[in-house]
Amino acid sequence: MKTICLYFEIHQAMHLKRYRFFDIGTDHYYYDNYANDVAVTDVVNRSYVPALQTLLNMVQTYGGGFKVAFSISGVAISQLEIYAPEVIDLLQELAATGHVEFLAEPFSHGLSSLTNEEFFKQEVTRQQELMERIFGQKPKVLRNSSLLYSDEIGLLAYDMGFKGMVTEGAKQILGWKSPHYLYSCALQPKLNLLMRDYKLSDDICLRFNDSSWPEYPLTASKYADWIAQIPEDEEVINIFMELQSIGYYQPLGSGILDFLRELPARCSERGIRFATPSEILKNYKTVAPMPMPHPVTWNDEERDTSSWLGNQLQREAFNKLYIAADRVRLCKDRRIKEDFDYLQGSINFRYMNTKATAVGFDRGIYESAYDAFTNYMNILADFMKRVDALFPEDVDAEELNSLIMTIRNQDEEINNLNAQLQTLRDAAAQAGEAANIPVSDEKIKKTVRKTTSRKPASSKAKDSTKKV
Amino acid sequence: MKVLMFGWEFPPHILGGLGTASYGLTRGMSKQEDMEITFCIPKPWGDEDQSFLRIIGMNNTPVAWRDVSWDTLQARFGNYMDPQLYYDLRNHIYADFNYLHTNDLGCIEFSGRYPDNLHEEINNYSIVAGVIARQQDFEIIHSHDWLTYPAGIHAKQVSGKPLVIHVHATDFDRSRGNVNPTVYSIEKNGMDHADHIMCVSEMTRQTVIHKYHQDPNKVSTVHNAVEPLPQSILELPEYHNPDEKIVTFLGRITMQKGPEYFVEAANMVLQRTRNIRFVMAGSGDMMDEMIRLAAVRGIADRFHFPGFMKGDDVYKIFKRSDVYVMPSVSEPFGISPLEAMQCSVPSIVSKQSGCAEILDKCIKVDYWDIHALADAIYSVCMYPALYTYLREEGKTEVDGITWEAVGRKVRDIYDRVIYNY
Repeated sequence: MKTICLYFEIHQAMHLKRYRFFDIGTDHYYYDNYANDVAVTDVVNRSYVPALQTLLNMVQTYGGGFKVAFSISGVAISQLEIYAPEVIDLLQELAATGHVEFLAEPFSHGLSSLTNEEFFKQEVTRQQELMERIFGQKPKVLRNSSLLYSDEIGLLAYDMGFKGMVTEGAKQILGWKSPHYLYSCALQPKLNLLMRDYKLSDDICLRFNDSSWPEYPLTASKYADWIAQIPEDEEVINIFMELQSIGYYQPLGSGILDFLRELPARCSERGIRFATPSEILKNYKTVAPMPMPHPVTWNDEERDTSSWLGNQLQREAFNKLYIAADRVRLCKDRRIKEDFDYLQGSINFRYMNTKATAVGFDRGIYESAYDAFTNYMNILADFMKRVDALFPEDVDAEELNSLIMTIRNQDEEINNLNAQLQTLRDAAAQAGEAANIPVSDEKIKKTVRKTTSRKPASSKAKDSTKKV
Repeated sequence: MKVLMFGWEFPPHILGGLGTASYGLTRGMSKQEDMEITFCIPKPWGDEDQSFLRIIGMNNTPVAWRDVSWDTLQARFGNYMDPQLYYDLRNHIYADFNYLHTNDLGCIEFSGRYPDNLHEEINNYSIVAGVIARQQDFEIIHSHDWLTYPAGIHAKQVSGKPLVIHVHATDFDRSRGNVNPTVYSIEKNGMDHADHIMCVSEMTRQTVIHKYHQDPNKVSTVHNAVEPLPQSILELPEYHNPDEKIVTFLGRITMQKGPEYFVEAANMVLQRTRNIRFVMAGSGDMMDEMIRLAAVRGIADRFHFPGFMKGDDVYKIFKRSDVYVMPSVSEPFGISPLEAMQCSVPSIVSKQSGCAEILDKCIKVDYWDIHALADAIYSVCMYPALYTYLREEGKTEVDGITWEAVGRKVRDIYDRVIYNY
């Protein structure tokens, strides 16, 4: 039985303001509130609200017959909380129906998975906690920024406890293979991969309103027919897109909502059902490992990271930003952490794109890639100064690394010590019982003190972080 | 195809960009095998490169009949002009110009520069052009800039051949809007009589269409290009001090070039960092004012005025620069950023420059936006990735802009004009 896995991405980037070099060190607010307000409100009014209302109606009408998944970046949640809380209400209503799944993704919609594992893990965990707090369900399937995936990221996801990831069924990866199966990570067979069917997805999010497209106009029956015509044993049809494709990229006047509304009925006529990613993982078996040594995304025609890291400027900005990642992770300054989330946003690198294919790409306030780079680097210079100010200047990178390492090992050490304490306590109790002499706590403490005094490094590290 | 061109300057004796552009264009066109170019200039010096075209000096063309011996002519200009041509031209004197000030050869003297009696020289140039147009055999006339438009019109009326004019600048660029009515009338007259108008940028084309009221169909854009640098210049040593960056402005220090914006931007950059030096090379009527401005802003210790640069000095400056800035208020084309990019110097140009239309690997700002200009200078100096990117990509880009391609474009226009004439 064929199953459609429908998934929508919700992300709204934080727009940076015009930041000149003479603002470095004096102005620590980097965002253009007005642009954010306008952008978010526009997308919400034209797309999110009507689309989510339609989806909610559909879920309610069809009961379990229609299911859908969302992933929402933490940055989008912060923006929606400020500018359009009604969207969160709608999403909560959807969550309450029980037929909607929320996926995990990095909080910032950034690229930390390419460079800093620790930071990536932390980011995803933060987003998971946020999802659990708002929607009452902890995400179990991971979706990385713009479906970014490679074998190593898959391994990382598995280490974090995920059983599946969604990614792009890019042509250069699939070759002759079909995206309509469940695949597994080449490095970790227990991590399953849902591959996006870019043809069927783009038919909706890219071509739906294109009157020069031979298949225009696209009707739900026609679409369901296409899916029904897929060979019998290819059962998983992954249709992933940004939520703003509905209503924003494909205007409401194109009838895209009616198309959506019609789809479940037309599909069930042909014996096609809907499922969430977790259900797919549960119901289907993987057919083969899918080696993806190079990162893949759903961006551009190339479906790789070239739209973010294709030129020297982008790579420089990227490298400079993530130098701070560990320190930001360690610090307790809420504003610094928040700024880092916003600076990580992948769109910031995309603005520096110089690819010839990017003609017509909206650069926001920037006139050119150089303009975007200059602005970003100015902001980064200010941000780095603030991060440097948090840590004593004499702490160089290596020292900091060892500090980080000690702190990271701290929990482990405390656990070890606790275990030792317990065994000693038990042993002492046993000995006491045997000799029938009450053992004073004083003695045990002494032994413990001996054990701890062997690790002065950890206590020193604790002190220095406090000072920091 | 035989072309009769009228120009005012030709290297090596040049006063501005017009000579460089004339040279590059004719050289690019001469790559087409059937192209024969006769180039008229007021006063050849004898050391012009005539390997790919023929130069006729207006000051060697008789307008009054004199009986001169071959030997005299051979001694006077034999090394760069065939005496027989003198006799041929003499046979085509069409009126008695003895009332004009002529020399012993019956020729009018020209300064070849931009003297105070420029209008008289333009008129004389046009008179001489009548003789040449009667004697020479050609299919099309090509006039470079307003000084030679009257000559082009004259030649067209004498020969009945089509006239193409090449707008390297308009008076709107030179005067920031305060147009000289005499110059404007000469320009407008030339455009009205022309069968086709070539402009060095789309910006100039729009000026020609809107300020000179020309039919857009007969105005097209032919962007300039650059000659590849000779080996000797490429081999000049490059020197960059890692602790001190050099930002260069190079050009006439006049209103048109926007020098005050450069000084103001420099001031903003120097407020933040002191290890950048600014160089304003060139001379002009605003130089003293700029020196005063730099002093008033308190940046004179970091701001230098080396004066007018000539020949290789220009390239030596480029080779030492980390950033080249051209903040022109109105620049029909502006070839200097291309030259800087040839020397691997990242360039910042104003959006009001014609060259901005064909360059991608340089930073473009509005000339009046000193914040953006300062920011651009600062970022190229401070962020090595941007510097390296612009340096390498800029060089690649500019190496792809050749006069040969421009020559083919001009040829297409010729063919079309002749076909429709």
